[in-house]
Amino acid sequence: MSEYGLNYLEQLEAESIHIFREAAAQFEKPALLFSGGKDSITMVHLARKAFAPAKIPFPLVHIDTGHNFPEALDFRDKLVEKVNATLVVRKVEDTIKKRSLTEPKGKFPSRNWLQTYTLLDTIEEFKFDCCIGGARRDEEKARAKERIFSVRDEFGQWNPKLQRPELWNIYNGKIHKGENVRVFPISNWTELDIWNYIRKNNIELPSIYFAHNRKVIVHEGQLVATSDYIKPSTDDVVLTKKVRYRTVGDMTCTAAIESNATSLDEVINEIISTRISERGETRIDDRVTEAAMEDRKKNGYF
Amino acid sequence: MDLLRFITAGSVDDGKSTLIGRLLYDSKNILIDQLEALEKSTKNRADGSVDLALLTDGLRAEREQGITIDVAYRYFTTPKRKFIIADAPGHVQYTRNMITGASNANLIIILIDARQGVVEQTRRHSIIASLLNVPHVIVAINKMDLVDYSQSVFNNIVNEYAEVAKQLGLDDVYYIPMSALNGDNVVEKSSITNWYEGKPLMQYLEEIEIDNDVNFTDSRFQVQFVIRPQTEELHDYRGYAGRVISGVYKKGDKVKVLPQGNESTISSIEIAGEEVQEAFPQQAIVIQLADDIDISRGDSIVKTENLPKVANELEVLLCWMDDKPLISGNKYLLQHNSRLVKAMVKHVNYKLNVNTLQQQAINDEIKLNEIVAATIKTVSPLVFDSYSRLSVNGNAILIDETSNNTVAAVMIG
Ligand SMILES: Nc1nc2c(ncn2[C@@H]2O[C@H](COP(=O)(O)OP(=O)(O)O)[C@@H](O)[C@H]2O)c(=O)[nH]1
Repeated sequence: MSEYGLNYLEQLEAESIHIFREAAAQFEKPALLFSGGKDSITMVHLARKAFAPAKIPFPLVHIDTGHNFPEALDFRDKLVEKVNATLVVRKVEDTIKKRSLTEPKGKFPSRNWLQTYTLLDTIEEFKFDCCIGGARRDEEKARAKERIFSVRDEFGQWNPKLQRPELWNIYNGKIHKGENVRVFPISNWTELDIWNYIRKNNIELPSIYFAHNRKVIVHEGQLVATSDYIKPSTDDVVLTKKVRYRTVGDMTCTAAIESNATSLDEVINEIISTRISERGETRIDDRVTEAAMEDRKKNGYF
Repeated sequence: MDLLRFITAGSVDDGKSTLIGRLLYDSKNILIDQLEALEKSTKNRADGSVDLALLTDGLRAEREQGITIDVAYRYFTTPKRKFIIADAPGHVQYTRNMITGASNANLIIILIDARQGVVEQTRRHSIIASLLNVPHVIVAINKMDLVDYSQSVFNNIVNEYAEVAKQLGLDDVYYIPMSALNGDNVVEKSSITNWYEGKPLMQYLEEIEIDNDVNFTDSRFQVQFVIRPQTEELHDYRGYAGRVISGVYKKGDKVKVLPQGNESTISSIEIAGEEVQEAFPQQAIVIQLADDIDISRGDSIVKTENLPKVANELEVLLCWMDDKPLISGNKYLLQHNSRLVKAMVKHVNYKLNVNTLQQQAINDEIKLNEIVAATIKTVSPLVFDSYSRLSVNGNAILIDETSNNTVAAVMIG
């Protein structure tokens, strides 16, 4: 390699920063969708780098399902304080009341679907014209085709057939009133890239990403933590296991994996040696159908 | 470890999806649950084998139609490189998708069915690769199992393609006899083609030198965003954020701001808030200048001793990408990196036949997927280099102001 070469993580980083700056420059009211997971945290890190020495020029928006890991919420608040960002929190709970929506039932009452309503209301409330999200193309087949600047209609819908061609490093963020654009700065990163970047940059993560003891039940081969939201039934056996999380979603729909990895190096080694992809392993609700993601996204999910 | 972006092109059924599936599969970038989903959807196959092509098949409608009709991106990593594949379809009418996928590619894999040799599609894909200046070409002569792995079949196709490559000025071309289905010469060298002296595909992908494709001489930088913290301690801070397009910038460099023409000196270069002494291509940086000059998004900062072109009338090649036709005299927005200007397609000079490279007279409107030479006039000047010399500073798009769609890919002459 020549003296002026970037390695792959530096290239990914530079591309992401470029995208962040395009979003900030092209839109009047962008927002960064913050879920509390490692991808969001990496995004905050990238956004800081993009605009240093100034603050991040848009708010972080957290759509709070009310089913979060307390560790993740603590971490969110500390991070926001540390980087001096503006945080907007809107609760799914409130949308359910306001719009008299029906709470999901069952043992794993995921509010993932309902998040969409809160998100669209929040976009409307603040007149956000751009929502920057941490989705990656390697997560799911449907995502592999999504553009980095992805236009949504006023119902938040994505139309996979009518995507703008995205050429060279040019991003076209022109929209009509009422539309908005989802911008995905880490589209080209894989899960492993994220982990390697976190390690290289010493990015702090919530403690649940590392092995800890937790009370769990076993559901279809997956370990689910018991909590206020998931109560074991009489035939469940509650075990205490040493586990960690690979993604931090809701407590109702994120499964833990058994692990002894207490450091980043150990986590990365485990990821390299497991050959199960992130979604399959840890999302309880996503395995329903292969096209689940596509349906959901058409409906305005991040 | 660096990053290589490539695109695969071929006619329908040449084996593109199988090849990509094979690369992912053999490099262990398919995960168990994806494999299970795959096995489930292949249950109905007579021989019970795994259909690798399904791995790369994205959206449901496409799955139902059984064809890929858009560009999808795939990722895999080996110990040597990270790869991004732009999976562009081979359908006749989808020139637009291939151009999209090829615009960022370091390399193109052109698939040829060994039974058919060089066909019209092969020429078309090669012409597009040459128009877009894709630096490296791998010709994968696939389905060798169906021609008994015959060396003479392979050689004939190589000779035939060499003519095409010569005509198009493609100078870094590699040929591989392959069976994507059986994995011959994909990741491992095949023992059946013992007459073949080259490397398997994966080894080329890992080893082809791409550093030399970057231009370190012509310093080009365009402002994306002006950073003004406006805090007490950074009261007067004014930084110009952008990516180095090409060349190298150093603190102390004498620079010129274009198109306005003011001169100044670089007083600092920062990356992520840390000062650095120099910056090179692709880096996302912030430049501060010694003088107070009015600079905004889309302005270029270049070195005084090496200037790009500045003009408001451009000769371009453009690929039309919209369902509605291109109409001479229509107004559009032109976006060149981050610079957005009003523009008009003043005159369409000729149409390029993408199968033969012949220039054809214009006798009706310009439709989706057609490539034409045109004259574009912009309201304010553009700061650019010719695409053939410095593609990273010679590309642009046209946007239809009424639909907001990206309607053309522009290569500036
Ligand atoms: N015999 C043979 N068949 C192949 C080979 N590569 C692909 N095929 C078959 O050719 C057909 C089309 O392949 P596919 O990958 O879907 O082509 P695409 O349209 O270019 O993506 C499928 O039935 C594949 O199994 C090969 O190397 N040898």
